[in-house]
Amino acid sequence: MERSLTHIALFAALIAVLGLVPRVDLATGVPITAQSLGIMLCGTVLGARRGALAVLLFLLLVALGLPLLSGGRGGLGVFVGPTVGFLIGFPIAAFVAGWVMERTTLAPFWAAGAGAVIGGIGVLYPFGIIGISVVLDKTLAEAALIALVFLPGDILKAVLAGLVTQAIARARPAALLSRA
Amino acid sequence: MLTLTSPVDTPLHRLPAGAKLAALAATTLALFATQSIALMCAALAVIAALHLIGGRRFAAHGLRMLWPLWPFVAVVALWHLWAGQAQQGGTVVLRMLAAVAAANLVTMTTRLSDMITVLEWLARPLSPLLPPRRLALAIALVIRFIPVLSERMATLAQAFRARSPRRSGWRLLAPAALAALDDAEHVADALRARGGVS
Repeated sequence: MERSLTHIALFAALIAVLGLVPRVDLATGVPITAQSLGIMLCGTVLGARRGALAVLLFLLLVALGLPLLSGGRGGLGVFVGPTVGFLIGFPIAAFVAGWVMERTTLAPFWAAGAGAVIGGIGVLYPFGIIGISVVLDKTLAEAALIALVFLPGDILKAVLAGLVTQAIARARPAALLSRA
Repeated sequence: MLTLTSPVDTPLHRLPAGAKLAALAATTLALFATQSIALMCAALAVIAALHLIGGRRFAAHGLRMLWPLWPFVAVVALWHLWAGQAQQGGTVVLRMLAAVAAANLVTMTTRLSDMITVLEWLARPLSPLLPPRRLALAIALVIRFIPVLSERMATLAQAFRARSPRRSGWRLLAPAALAALDDAEHVADALRARGGVS
């Protein structure tokens, strides 16, 4: 019980800290931070259930008014803004990434990378696109075009999620709860 | 750690948090249910007036919190101008600004402790599944460990810079995640040693 609780809380804190990491601007001019990498890592390291709960805890603190989203955003406003779909999809993305990690016997890098792509892109983007389409009153195809700007960064982050999960599997095999 | 609650005290700070949240929910639903540009303008005017009650500094804070929306405003404006539907574009932009500004206003005028009280009330039906004390402990742990992990990241970055002229890039991510895992184990041991979590 205590272990689950502290892992969930510490990874919620990790998502917040990764949002503070100096951001890199992609060639397209869209800023990327490591925050969505944190979401993917919650799933691939903690597993489906704990990963999703860590992300929910993080979102709860954002809603309570802490400026934890990248760029110091937070509060209730982000939940009615154009990126709300991504926020709703985050816990589900972490769950799916963790589920892939738990249910496959692939090496950690490939399992985590695949989980991050399926959860953090395949599952997350439909949520994000629906959110953009509702808030900005666009058709789904038009919204998908807008969401496309986030894609290069998220592919890069899926690879990084694979590398980081692999490093953890090597350094602390027992700490990789998704494979425990 | 700083919250987004405004340090400028306004009359809105003294309203009960639950009432503000209920009003916000109703406003948001109404904004998304209507297409009338006049109603949208009226809502935005009321929300702007509520910001101005708090004075210039408070209103400026509110404007800064809207700033991250500018890429979306730009995209929508260009899109609809190009398509020749200026009025539809105006409706979308006004609705987004009004909804986000209203929500930000509630965040800016409600203290974290008051929000947590509302949360406890909302979470009461869940209490057999999620004991309120456990939720409170989880929230406290996150708030306490954000500065700890943040400092750990800074130390790692310094250690890297002392040893290499290259940029650290992604190489610090794995050590940072390992630090979080180790801390989680230590805190779990400490909690267990003190009688555990109910």
